[in-house]
Amino acid sequence: MESVTPILEFKKTCVSYTKQTMAVKYVSAAIERNTITAIMGPSGCGKSTLLRAVNLMHDLYPNIRVGGEILLNNENILSMEPIDVRRRVGMVFQRPTPFPTMSIYDNVLSGFALNGIKLSKAEKDSTVEHCLRSVALWEEVKDVLNKKGTFLSGGQQQRLCIARALAMKPDVLLMDEPTSALDPIATKHIEELLLELQKEVTILIVTHNMGQAKRISSKSMFMYLGELVEYGDTETMFSKPSDERTKAYLTGKMG
Amino acid sequence: MNDKIYKVILFIAALIMPIVCGGVVYALVTDAYEAFEYFGFFNFLTSSEWNYTEGAEQYGALPFITGTLMTTLLALIFCIPFSLPVALFVGEYFKGTRVAAVLSTITDLLAGIPSIIYGLWGFYTLRPLIMALNISAQGSGILTASLVLAIMIIPYAASLSAEFIKMVPNDLKEGAYSLGATRAEVIRKVVFPVAGSGIFSSYILAIGRALGETMTVTMLIGNTNNIPDSITSTGNSMASIIANQFGEADGLRLSSLIAIGLILFLITALINMIGKIMIKRARIV
Repeated sequence: MESVTPILEFKKTCVSYTKQTMAVKYVSAAIERNTITAIMGPSGCGKSTLLRAVNLMHDLYPNIRVGGEILLNNENILSMEPIDVRRRVGMVFQRPTPFPTMSIYDNVLSGFALNGIKLSKAEKDSTVEHCLRSVALWEEVKDVLNKKGTFLSGGQQQRLCIARALAMKPDVLLMDEPTSALDPIATKHIEELLLELQKEVTILIVTHNMGQAKRISSKSMFMYLGELVEYGDTETMFSKPSDERTKAYLTGKMG
Repeated sequence: MNDKIYKVILFIAALIMPIVCGGVVYALVTDAYEAFEYFGFFNFLTSSEWNYTEGAEQYGALPFITGTLMTTLLALIFCIPFSLPVALFVGEYFKGTRVAAVLSTITDLLAGIPSIIYGLWGFYTLRPLIMALNISAQGSGILTASLVLAIMIIPYAASLSAEFIKMVPNDLKEGAYSLGATRAEVIRKVVFPVAGSGIFSSYILAIGRALGETMTVTMLIGNTNNIPDSITSTGNSMASIIANQFGEADGLRLSSLIAIGLILFLITALINMIGKIMIKRARIV
């Protein structure tokens, strides 16, 4: 085994919404750089909750407690400023969320605008073009950059949101069921895109779709009732799951 | 058969509203006609003379239109710095918490206080204060009326804008947070733009209320029939001149008062319509 420092490491990470119950229980796992890791499991198993812990989204809700450690490049993000963490860890949500009052152009740059970072016109233009090209949206929208982002189709909107996240040059991209609101063709586009993007960014994707996990991820996590049941190579997990619960889920007997 | 009777009853009941509305407009127009005919519509709007000496009767609406616009505009200006924070407090910062519920209940309670009580408070508390601070000698005037009007419209502006702020989808805010935005940035660059037209329409509707408010203004504006030359001077609003003089007026003077009423009705209807249309648009987004 090579000893590569993982880009992201969960160490006994716990998340609780109330004092009595834990939604995520002592999850430990190391995520390798430039991989796609799928997080699977039945509804309510804590997979989204785990994902949202990585960019400190839980800090927005005072009742939610996060325990343990989450290391980003060996630094515990739980003791970092949320704003700094979120600039390094991008997120794409279930439903596309382009800002309705901003144009396509401004949506791509919204991360800079929201952080009060000033860019020159040339920097803006090149960032917009580069980001839209990397999500394969440039050719479709280059003539309508001044239109509102909400004019686009669902799949295009989601790609715009990915472009928006990429513009901040994050180390890690979190995706919370990014294709569950999209049709099969748009889903296929996004999946192809993610396979391309893993060269630039480490991707953590929560998905309900086992086929999707199989198609795009190299590593998979299976969570059940807040626990990380199994974590390993996607191929191995699908062919020879080591835990009965994983097997039951993957064969459709559970979930 | 039963269904048919039910429908007819509903139809008749519903018909009463347009009939009443039409009747009001008809009465206003016919009674105002004499004044408009005598002075000319445009002349009536722009004349600042209000003289009821017999034989030299001369009436114009300009001082009262000015008074109404000044008090309303000032009330709006005074209202914003208080209603907007309340709306943000209830709709965003403490959304869904007990303290927000208490605050919004108290705000709504303010809306239910009869205007005569605001008038009394203004007359016996605010007016002496304004005199004591040497802002104006007589205490009453445009400024005093506007301050109390502002307090009266805060609940409307605040609770309606809070609704629009609440409606900004959480997804969108989380999207902005996920890009590293602070709360202030999310409010400035996502919440306000998205809720903007809704907030704007809340203020339009608040203006609609301030325009026609009668009792408080009559008690505090000073009731002089001149064009106010500063915000501390006395004046009359369209509503207050009617309230002051309708009892003793007849003939041309009464017709002039009714003409002012018609103008006020039209302005208020227009403002409310703009506000409602904007609210409808804001809801679609």
